[in-house]
Parts: sequence; structure tokens; C-alpha cells
Amino acid sequence: MTMARDQLIALAGADKAAIDAFMRERRFPIVEGRDVTFVFRGTANAVRLRHFVYGLPTEMPFQQIGGTDLWYCTLDVPLRSRLEYKLEVIKGERNKWIQDPLNPLLAHDPFGANSVCQGAGYYAPDWTEPDSDARSGSLETLSFEQTPFGDNRNVTLYLPPRLRQNRRYPLLIVQDGSDYLRYSQLKTVLDNLIHRREVAPLVVALSDPRDRLTEYADDQRHADFIVNSLVRRLERELPLYKTPQQRCLMGASFGAVASLAAAWRNPGIFGGLILQSGSFAFSDIGNGTRGAVFDPVVRFMNAFRDNPGRPADKLFVSCGVYESLIYENRSMVPLFQATGMEVQFVEARDGHNWENWRDRLRDALSWMFPGPLWMMYE
Amino acid sequence: MKSVVVLGPQVYQPFVGEEVQRQQLTGRIAMVTAGWQEDEPDDSALAEALAVPSVNLRLYARWEEVISRDTELMEAHRRRQDQLVELQALYQMRLRPAMKVARQLLASRGPAEVLDPERENAIDAIRRLDAHHLARVIELRREFDERYQPHERPAVFEQRAEVARILAKCQTVAIAGGHIVVLLNRLRMLLPMPALSKLNIIAWSAGAMALSERVVLFHDHPAQGVGDAELLDSGLGLIREAVLLPHARGRLKLKQAKRVSLMARRFAPALCYTLDGGDRLEIGADDRPSSSARVLSESGVVETRP
Repeated sequence: MTMARDQLIALAGADKAAIDAFMRERRFPIVEGRDVTFVFRGTANAVRLRHFVYGLPTEMPFQQIGGTDLWYCTLDVPLRSRLEYKLEVIKGERNKWIQDPLNPLLAHDPFGANSVCQGAGYYAPDWTEPDSDARSGSLETLSFEQTPFGDNRNVTLYLPPRLRQNRRYPLLIVQDGSDYLRYSQLKTVLDNLIHRREVAPLVVALSDPRDRLTEYADDQRHADFIVNSLVRRLERELPLYKTPQQRCLMGASFGAVASLAAAWRNPGIFGGLILQSGSFAFSDIGNGTRGAVFDPVVRFMNAFRDNPGRPADKLFVSCGVYESLIYENRSMVPLFQATGMEVQFVEARDGHNWENWRDRLRDALSWMFPGPLWMMYE
Repeated sequence: MKSVVVLGPQVYQPFVGEEVQRQQLTGRIAMVTAGWQEDEPDDSALAEALAVPSVNLRLYARWEEVISRDTELMEAHRRRQDQLVELQALYQMRLRPAMKVARQLLASRGPAEVLDPERENAIDAIRRLDAHHLARVIELRREFDERYQPHERPAVFEQRAEVARILAKCQTVAIAGGHIVVLLNRLRMLLPMPALSKLNIIAWSAGAMALSERVVLFHDHPAQGVGDAELLDSGLGLIREAVLLPHARGRLKLKQAKRVSLMARRFAPALCYTLDGGDRLEIGADDRPSSSARVLSESGVVETRP
């Protein structure tokens, strides 16, 4: 059988009707095993694939199919991969990054949205979609006055369905909580995994920074806020376990650094850490090469490497293999293990993005807070 | 006790009503749905399926009432549950490598005269670990019972008396599944065994497991880990020499002969009974299964025992 990519190329010199017919029958990008063909249709001087995959050239040129307004670029994409990308379209002096007009799949983040390529064998997990059978937890806002930052802060609380005062619940504190809710569907994921009994009903505190790059780069004020304001108040007001084993910090990217730093500064307080694509920039000599923004992170990570202690008992680490941070994350795993912590490390064929972090939540949460599935025989 | 029958799960196609008809039970049935936890009161479908007068014993709700009255008992019970959870984690820590070794040995190739004694010894090590764990759990519960005398405390005593009064007007108890730990705790705490002994019992899923001598937790493909079956506790001991495995088709990899064989050998001489939709197992006067049933065999297949 002829590959769709070959049929596309064979359209050279074809009329509009033939091209229209081909386009109508296809979903884009065209995924044929490991061959993924991105297509652009329109007038341009040049088209480039702008992806966010570490390890590939940052821009991949499209080829025009002679006598048509079709452009294509084929990439070798390993099975079960998920890529985010944009198209760079150059017309005369104008140069524009756009979402793929032929691909309806988008992933959102605080900076906008990217097109998504789902490689062969990748499926968005069903537990990330709303399930009408799953009871809904509730979201509430908790206000904190006079925080260590010198200002007032709001924290969003996720309370599990049917929270009861005479039960006890574990506590998960999430950095960049609003982004996790918005871009990783954290509430839907929690509702579903609790409903499926894969995760124990738990209380989740969703915290947000005001000055992220400062507060999340090993900031004493942030650690104080988490431990002295948040944990203390939540354990006073909610039916929580109040033991380190049932307290966990979670964060992605700089949020992972913030979680690790808060636990490191307060040993014995947190039993669990979930660190996703941690921005664990370190250096063996000098200040590292990631730029000034990372300087405080490098200082922290170097200090941590010198004297890691044992910041928690259980540590879940995940990272995409298509992000540059895979180097740092892989490097840190043996050191984490050497502290005596129980470490679970998961790699995914994905990048530095919220859907990668979403897709790892089942592994992370069901390991950290196993639900009663094992006990249920209905 | 008049009769004990355990059934396969009732979730998708309830057939408990057929069992009621088969036994020609026309008297009132006491329903236990405590394993459903907060959903305990949602028993209308079950009551309808039974098709005879019924009453819910409300064991889950009764325990809530007990602990709201007797906070000392609540705290003590909580501490005990924490200890049991810790004990289970220690047992799992030891069980995991023992199971791994046994699986490796079962998968190894070589002369039987060399391998077989090693395999048997590895499985025996698991049996001894299971027995040790069970003894520790029972001891922990015994200490709790001796120290707090829960059945004698007014809040519990009154609930048990009321349950006994209800049971006196019933012919049968129907024990539904759900959360096995919750169910077992409520049954132990609030269901008077002398009253139970005068009644027919129909139980399924966790309800069936709770009646057996040993409660075994199992799931071959859980969200995490390899899913090593583990011993939880003793049950009420009304069914002997049987490990009951509800939802076996869904929860166990029954086509993996080595897993099946390991489970069968580990719990021998007890037999491992699979209980899927439509399955039914009668328990004889000697408290042993007496009807035809499907069991895990040491050869690694599921076979029907006449």
C-alpha cells in the first residue's frame, strides 16, 4: 500500500481539486509508524518546523511540492512520543510563528498554545478526561495575611468528594497550582483517580508565586510560607494526618526546585516529593551555562549536591526525554538514591510542558498516595 | 447456621435474587452494605433484587455513631489501624523479594531434581512469612480487644444489641462486597456472632472474603507494582480451607500459568476459588466448599472441581 506521504509528494503539479480531495481524507500531521509528515498549505517563501524537542535541530525546513502550494517535512518520531510545535512561515520580509492550521490538537500553557503531534501509539490517558461517574471534589480559596513575603496570598484548596471531619487525609502541596489546574487538568485527574480508587482521597493545596523565578529558586521565604503558614494552618483547620509520611510537595520545572528546596530546608517535615522536569541546573565548575536566571538554582543545586541530607522518604522524579533538563534529571537520580530515599524515576517521550506533567500524574500520585483499589471487591 | 452460600460479584448482573428463590427463602433478609462505605444507604437495587422483605443493618453508619460518642475508642481504633498499616508495609517489604525469587525459580530452566526442591523451599518461605504476618495481625487485634473491650463499651454494646434484635426477626443475612477492611472491621465490631449463627448467609465479593479463614488481597495489574497477592488478616472463619477470589477474571492473569501455579501452591492445602459473575459456591456442614467450583490448580490452570 502506498504511504500517504508518497501520495502527498505525488501531488506535484496536481490541480486544486486533487489536492483538496487529498487533504479532506487526511488528518495532519500524517502519522505512519515512526514517520510523521507535517504539511502546510499556502503561499510562502519558506516554511520551517519549530518544535521544542531537545536533540533535534531547532528548525527543520519544509520542502515545497512542485507546482503546488503544499509544503511538507517528515520527521522520524519514536513510538508513543508527543511533541509540541509551531510552524514558522516566511513571506517576504515577514516571519511568523503560527499554530498548525491543519491540526486541531493544541496544548495550552501560560505563554499561549502550541500544536501537538501525537506519535504512533500515544493516546491521551482516559483518566485525564472528565468522567461523569466520578464525584467532583471542591475548590475553595484560602487567604493568608502577613505571609513571609510581606504580602497577602491566596491558596486554592482541593477538597476530595465527601470529605468527612472524622476521617484523616494526606496533604499534597502543589507549586504553580493554578497552572496545574488549568493546563494539566489536575482537578479532573484527582476526581478520576480518587473515583477509580487508584489514589487515596487527599487534600491538595494549590499555591502560586508572585515572582516565580525568585521565589522558586531556593527562597527561604517560600520554604517558610509552605511550612509555617500553609502546613500549620491546614493541619489546624482540616482533618489531616499530620505526619511527614502523609505530606508531599509537588512541582514542575522551577516548581520542582522550589519543592526540593523547601523540603531540604525543613528535613523531617515532608515524607514525599513529586518533582517533574525539575530545573535542576548545577555546575561542576563555574556558574553553569543556563544564564543568570538559573544562578540561584545552580547555587542551590550545588549546595544540595554537596550536602543532600535526606529531604524526604519517597521521591517521584519524572522528565521528558525531549527536554534538555533530561541531562540534569538523569544525573540527579543516583544522588537522590544515595540519600536513602525511595526513588521512582520515570522518563517520557515528551517535552517540557504541562501535558507531559499531566500524563505522569497517575504514576506519581498512585505511588505516593495509593488508593484503596487493592481493598475493593464489589 | 442454616446455610452458607457465596456468590460471584453482583455489580454488573445481580443474581442474588435467583439464589433467594433457589433456596426458597421467603423470610426477612438483613442486608450488610457496610463495604460500600458512604454509599451504604444506596441499597434500593439490592432490596429490589432480593424480592423479599429486607432491612439494612447500617453497620457503617452505626460505627460512625459509635465513634462520635466514644472518642477514646475512636482514637484507640485509629492507632490500631495505623499499626496494622505499618505492619502490612513491613510484610510487603519482605514479601516482594520472596515472591520475586519464587517467580524466578518457577521460570528457571534446568533439571527438575535440582530446581524443584529450591522452588518448594522458596514457596515455603512465603508460606512461613504469610503465617508470621497473620499471627502478628491477630495478636495486635487481640491486644486491642483485651485492652479496650470494645464489645462491652456502651456505645458498641447498644448497637450490637440493636443489631441482634433486628437479626432475631430475620431468616437470612446478605453480605455485599466493597472495601474489605471496612467491612471486616464493621462485622467484627457490630455483628453478634451468636445471632448470625442462626441465620442463612448469602455473601459475595468482599462479603464472601470476610467469611473465610484468611483474607487474601490480590490484583495482578494494579496501578503500581507487580501486584503480589498479600495476606490481610483472618476472616470470620465461617469458610475453611478456601481462599476466595472474587472478580478473578478481571483481577488475575489467569492465563499466566506460573502466576496461577504459584498462588495455588502458596495457599495450599487451602484451595483458591475463583468467583466471577454467575459463580456460586455452597459451604457444607464442615464449613468447607461442597459444590462444584473453579479453582486455581498447581499445574497453572483454572480447573473445575466436581
